[in-house]
Amino acid sequence: MDIKKAVDALSRQCPDCVQNLADHNGTCEITVAAQSFHKVMETLHELGFDMLTDVVGIDRMPRAVRFDVIYLLLSTRDFSRLAVRVEAAEGEDVPSVSGIWHSANWGEREVFDLLGISFSGHPDLRRILMWENFEGHPLRKDFPLEGQDFDKPFDTETIKDYF
Amino acid sequence: MSESKTVTLNMGPHHPATHGVLRVVLELDGEKIVNATPVIGYLHRGIEKICESRTYQQILPLTDRLDYSAASANNLGYCLAVEKLMGLEVPKRAQYLRVIMAELARIMGHHLWLGTHALDIGAMTVIFYAFRDREMIMAMNEEISGYRLTPSFIRIGGVAQDATEDFIGKVRKFVKWFPPALEGYHQLLTENKIWTTRTMNIGTISAGEAVNHGLTGPSLRGSGVAYDVRKAFPYSSYGDFDFKVPVGEKGDVYDRYLVRMEEFKQSINIIDQAIENLPSGPILTDNPWVASPMQSEVQTDISALIRRFMINYKGTPVPGGELYSAVEGAKGELGFYLVGDGGEHPYRLKIRSSCFYLASALPRLLVGHMVADAIAIIGSLDVVLGEIDR
Repeated sequence: MDIKKAVDALSRQCPDCVQNLADHNGTCEITVAAQSFHKVMETLHELGFDMLTDVVGIDRMPRAVRFDVIYLLLSTRDFSRLAVRVEAAEGEDVPSVSGIWHSANWGEREVFDLLGISFSGHPDLRRILMWENFEGHPLRKDFPLEGQDFDKPFDTETIKDYF
Repeated sequence: MSESKTVTLNMGPHHPATHGVLRVVLELDGEKIVNATPVIGYLHRGIEKICESRTYQQILPLTDRLDYSAASANNLGYCLAVEKLMGLEVPKRAQYLRVIMAELARIMGHHLWLGTHALDIGAMTVIFYAFRDREMIMAMNEEISGYRLTPSFIRIGGVAQDATEDFIGKVRKFVKWFPPALEGYHQLLTENKIWTTRTMNIGTISAGEAVNHGLTGPSLRGSGVAYDVRKAFPYSSYGDFDFKVPVGEKGDVYDRYLVRMEEFKQSINIIDQAIENLPSGPILTDNPWVASPMQSEVQTDISALIRRFMINYKGTPVPGGELYSAVEGAKGELGFYLVGDGGEHPYRLKIRSSCFYLASALPRLLVGHMVADAIAIIGSLDVVLGEIDR
């Protein structure tokens, strides 16, 4: 599929939803507003992007709208890639697409776990790589690399609570 | 009338058939699985977080520890992402050496899969033959890089050292040795009645569902989708080689087995072409920011010494920008989403793990089967927890 054609078809079906069109070293990327995001993804799925390769979360800390979430799409018919970027402020939800692609289920859980971005409509939004009572989101830029408790003495009592 | 009750069975994280620390909570009705919940994270080392404070060169050994059964393929994926962002051109000889290492890694990964998968199902002999041949590749890794399992041989801008005569001899010998050995694996399993009964029509997934679940690699091709990153988005001179992408039909455990067995053959084919047509020339780009000077230069030239210090202690500045770059690892599409900010450390490095999405499809594959089939299905997906948990 010609990416240009796909983007044209998308702009016909959801006018004014593509805010920005960029080329990242050969991969076409569109930026979409959170309100029209779910509709755009549904349309792209119908247009032939049948695989959601990955979900990437980026923390742009000093920026007012703090987070970027990038969905990497692939069409297995003609092997074309498209990236869809949606921005989210702290505490703002991104509509989940796990109803469209099953792979979004775990992909979004990971972004939620490591960056603390919430996905509305996700069927099973739990931590995935960190354990359940873990506090904080490690991939946020204000999370210390050594861990939050690196300067506190080791306390067997608090460890006991986990078990 | 008796009431139907389900029993919860906790499989893993310390279970030999889960190939690492994968835990699957199974809900059973008798022997039948009615619900399955994979629990991951037991091997989470925070590699993505660590990467944000390491220089681009220091990240390289960490990538070995993703899919540790096929380490060179991970090195290649990471290096390609950094090189793309820097706009580096890699010499042809280095590209061919990379292909040889990546394909050897794929064979190594498939050896581990074949041996343990057969062992899980009860065919104990296979692992001894598989590991006998895997040992030969380990010896090649040791010869060319000094390390057996985690070579870190592929570097940003090229490769670490030139291939020695001994290495080339070992590869040539292996290329001759392996096809009859592969025939031996086939004789042990392919038409074995017990093997086919345990694997045919088990864990079937259709092409559409496999794509929707984000499966890649041999597990996707077992369902009949001919998606291979090496063909779809050729990298590192893969376009120069003639090879086929084997696909299955039904998408069951047996089809995934056959696809991997054929991949053995295709990989050997690629290695044969690469080693016979190995071009001469440099093995590292001439960009002074990434090409660490040779030891002889460092000992005689003060500017070379300074340059080595700069590369090793300060790191290489990489221009700002974002990109996604993927390679075909032994388990599937291994991608790196790299965000650079112009400094010596990546702003963000997201690793697209193929095994992560393979494990996410487990509930779909397991439900409806017997407990014993769970072992066959997990083995057929060939998940490596180092890559799932990162």
